[in-house]
Formats: sequence, C-alpha cells, structure tokens
Amino acid sequence: MATTLPGGTQPEKKGLWAWINKRLPVTEFIQDQLTGYYAPKNFNIWYFFGSLALVVLVLQLVTGIFLTMFYKVGEATAFDSVEYIMREVDFGWLIRYLHSTGASAFFIVVYLHMFRAFLYGSYRKPRELLWLFGMAVYLALMAEAFMGYVLPWGNMSFWGAQVIVNLFGTIPGIGPGLVEWIRGDYGIADATLNRFFSLHVVAIPLALLGLVALHLVALRRTGSNNPDGIEIKEKIGPDGHPLDGIPFHPYYTVKDVVGVGVFFILFAIVVFFVPTLGGLFLEGPNFEPANPMSTPEHIAPVWYFTPFYAILRAVPDQRMGALLMFLAVVLFLFVPWLDRSPAKSIRYKGLPSKVALFLFAVSFIVLGYLGLQPAEGLYVALARIFAAIYFAFFLLMPFYSPIGAKQPPERVVYHAH
Amino acid sequence: MADHAGVADEQVDLDRRKFLTRATVATGAVGAAFAAVPFIESWFPSERARAQGAPAEMDLSKLDAGQMAITIWRKQPIYVVRRTPDMVTRIAGHDADLKDPNSESSVQPEYAKNPDRSRSAEFLVLVGVCTHLGCLPKQRFSQGELYPSWPGGFFCPCHGSRFDLAGRVFNGSPASINLRVPPYYYPKPTTLVIGADEKGSA
Repeated sequence: MATTLPGGTQPEKKGLWAWINKRLPVTEFIQDQLTGYYAPKNFNIWYFFGSLALVVLVLQLVTGIFLTMFYKVGEATAFDSVEYIMREVDFGWLIRYLHSTGASAFFIVVYLHMFRAFLYGSYRKPRELLWLFGMAVYLALMAEAFMGYVLPWGNMSFWGAQVIVNLFGTIPGIGPGLVEWIRGDYGIADATLNRFFSLHVVAIPLALLGLVALHLVALRRTGSNNPDGIEIKEKIGPDGHPLDGIPFHPYYTVKDVVGVGVFFILFAIVVFFVPTLGGLFLEGPNFEPANPMSTPEHIAPVWYFTPFYAILRAVPDQRMGALLMFLAVVLFLFVPWLDRSPAKSIRYKGLPSKVALFLFAVSFIVLGYLGLQPAEGLYVALARIFAAIYFAFFLLMPFYSPIGAKQPPERVVYHAH
Repeated sequence: MADHAGVADEQVDLDRRKFLTRATVATGAVGAAFAAVPFIESWFPSERARAQGAPAEMDLSKLDAGQMAITIWRKQPIYVVRRTPDMVTRIAGHDADLKDPNSESSVQPEYAKNPDRSRSAEFLVLVGVCTHLGCLPKQRFSQGELYPSWPGGFFCPCHGSRFDLAGRVFNGSPASINLRVPPYYYPKPTTLVIGADEKGSA
C-alpha cells in the first residue's frame, strides 16, 4: 500500500498504466469481470462450451471479414466468386472451410451448451433472463446461418431459400404478400441474395454481438450455475467471497484454454481432411450453381436445422407443419417456467425428469437424422413418433418434473484433484 | 443539481408532467413508425422487378398432345400441358381422394374454377411451384406410375405432395391447396399469354 503523506493525501501514481486507468477503468474491469468474478469451483466438462462459443464467434467474424473481401454478391457473380476464393485466392480455400466448418461448430457448441443448461437447470430462477438472452442468440444464429448458406448461390442455397422463405407464406392472410416482401421479387432472385448478404454481414452480426454482451452481463449479475444446481452466493466466507467460488481468472481462463486447444485439434481435423463431412457440413448440390428450373432430387437443410425440418415434414398439413416447427423452437423460451422441480440439477431430480431428458436428447438426434432422409414411408412414421416425444418433453414438464426430487446438498460436491 | 431557490417551493403538477412525457413519447413513436415506412417499402419488388414480371407469351402450335412445356413468368416456371382426351378422362373419378376437389380454397381465376381447372380441357396452365414449400413438382403423367391406382399427375420430390392431371392435391400430401393457376388467355387459338386476361394484367 502507498504511504500516506502528511495531510492524508496519497501520492499520485505514475506511469502509463496509471495514466490510462485514470481515464479508462481497465483495472476495475479486469477485477470485476475476471479476477474478482467468483465462479463455482465444481465446474465440469460441460462448462467448456460457453467460452468455446465465444471463440467460434470470433473465428466466424474474422474469416467472414476476409471472405467478404473476395466474395461478389449478385446472381451472376456469387457462385463464381466462391469458386474463385476456393481455387485462386491464396489460402482462400482455408478461409472458406474455416468459415463453413465454423458454422457447424458453432451449432455443435451451442447445442451442447444448451444441453448443459437442461442438465443442471441453468435456466431456473434467478437465471431466466440469462436463458432468454441465450435463446435470442440462438435464434439470431439460426437466421445468420440460413442467410449465410444462401450466399454461395449454389443449387441448395437457392432451393433452401425457396423452401424456408415460403414457410412465411403459410401465415394466414398476410402470408403471400409477406413472402414477396422478403424476396423483393416474384421468386428467389438477385434482390433476395443482396438483402441476405447485407443482413448476414452487417445486421445480424451486430445484433449477435449485442445479444452476447447482454447474455454475459446477465451472467455476471446472477453468477454461474453449477452441476449441483445450488447457489454458491448463499454461503459466503469471511473474505466476503463465496466459499465454493474461485476467481474466474486465472482458474477458469486456464481451464478454458485447454478446452480451446482440444477443440481446435478436432476442428482442424474436419477443416483439413473432411471439410464437407460427407455432405453434412456442405451439401453436394451446393457445388452446382443455382438453377431455378431444377429442384435437387432431395432437399435437406444443413444438419443443425434437420430436427425442426423433420417435424415440419411429419405433418400432412402445411400450415400445421410450419406452426409445429415454429413451436418446436419457441417452446425452449418457456422452459424456465415449465420446470417445477424443487431441485435444479439432474443430480437431484427424480427418475421421471432423468428419463424425460434422455428421451428428449434421443428424439432430437433421431429427428435430426430423419430430417436428412427423404420424406417417405417409415421415415415419416418415425418422425411423427419422435416429434410427439419431443413435444411431450416440454408440455408434460410441469407434471413430471416435481416427482421424486431429492434435497440437494448444502455445499457443492467437489473432490480436489 | 444546483439549488434553485423558489422553484422548490412551487407546486409541481406531476400529472401534467406525466401527461406531457407520455404525449412526447407517443408523438415520437408515431414519427418513428412513419420514418420506418420507406425502409420497409424498399423491400417490395422494385420497378425493374415489376417490369420484368410483365405477361409472357407462348406459341402452342409446337406442343404435342400429352406433352408438357415449361415457360417462365415472374421467375416462376409455368407448366403448360396439352392433355389428351385420355388424360382428361383420368381427371374424374377420384374426387374422394382429393383435399380440395372443387378448388374452393385454392388459387385460380374464376374461369379455371372447374373440375379440369382450365379454360378449355385441352390445355392445362399451372404455376409449377408446389403449394407446400415451393419445389418444382415433377411430371408423372402415366397411369400407375407412382402406385397401381395412380391416375397420372404431378409429384413433388421434396416433401412428397401429389397432384392429379388438373393440379388438384391428393389427400396425405403436405400441400394443402391445389397447384395455382395463373391468369391467362388466348389472343389467337395457338398463342397463350400468361399473366394477363380480359380483365388486364395481374
């Protein structure tokens, strides 16, 4: 501590760092957000995916900025410019594959992050807003991914856009006019591509950054949940910090760096050896230019949308199908109020909750698989069964979630390594 | 804030303040809504897109019986089928299997709201866009081509919607309405104009 001069004033600190801090609260920020932010000490592997999502966001922004330098928006130029990036720009192929693989990685990471919330009840009071901002990030991400997929103007870009935009046509009354408004033409055309480019590159990334910031601010307010689903802030030690908390920096920054390392090993394997992942990350028909006169034999979205797509196709009525698909996404928003279990974490919830979450995860994966298959025969029948399980998970939650819950422990379960 | 002697003593009319605040916010919101109009309007089809959406003409003399030709109007494929008498007879007899046999909730001009959904049974003119989600239905005109009782028609490969030889949708299809019929007329017996009729352009 600085010595006190006669008269009680402290000597002014010297140096560049002090000069900056007098004008910008850098030290305070680091203290508030990192070294003074206490996170539960019992985090496990599921807690990697939030920071990984941030890493992927940065990766997408950087690779996206570079792709925009070479991509030429427009019906006549878009496809060729992507080929130009792939064949003639030095390392263009790498930048593009980083971006396309990054899109899928984003969804993998976000789905695991969301599953973590389901496991440990991270959406429960007082974290409802945190969950809602997270869901807003997810919705923005879906819009971003969809519009990004249209930009290469391959045949699947075109027909994917056709199918998705036409979903809005099922809205009673305003549907047909709305579809024309979204497209800016009587079909998916140059005008559509141009506005999707603007939204993909400017509007939605800005919204995403804002929503991510809100998500993090809300997290700082409530503090992280943990695998035991108990509030560490209720047990404060003599130093004024939670007994079961440790500073985010250095403890979790170091842990997260390890996660990032492992993530990039897996990521690089895909980028360098299987960038299309057998049609899962980049679909075959998209290597042909858009052709409004030829529908691909089999239209399927990229894997991260297929669970919802399977639900859409499982319904033999277009308006109902679109409505159920919409509902399948929107129901996530209500989970904080549907879950009535006295315990937050799956560790202390009853058997019905455990079984329900397991069935939900299975139905999500199976629907994802079915959405990739043609809409016929057994596939449709299975999609109906698993869609029913999917919706039952949400709609029956108020009834099964309170059953058989155990009392969580007073303090988090933690075994020192 | 600095101490304003006198002001503090005055009676502040809070109701008046509240009213003025709300009136200001409301006026601002109305202004913002009006300011949004040009931006929203900009998304509608431009003058150029509308000009390019003008009616399209087609020569029917080269189309053989039983054949289908595709032309483009408003970026959408238009299917023109010259139905044989046999194909016309295959339109009838399966009304019970159809979602909208009388085209009550489907989209077509008044003159095409009949069982064969056309001005004259010989020529079928359809917007070749599946009413489900916009894929191109494929022609499956032969009897029994899809399954033994199939009377001939169109099949959408994306989500499996089926339509008969008048573009009417079969039960069990995800599409809910029949294929759309655009406005059209014949200025000469062998010329078809799509996108306009006696009443003017669409």
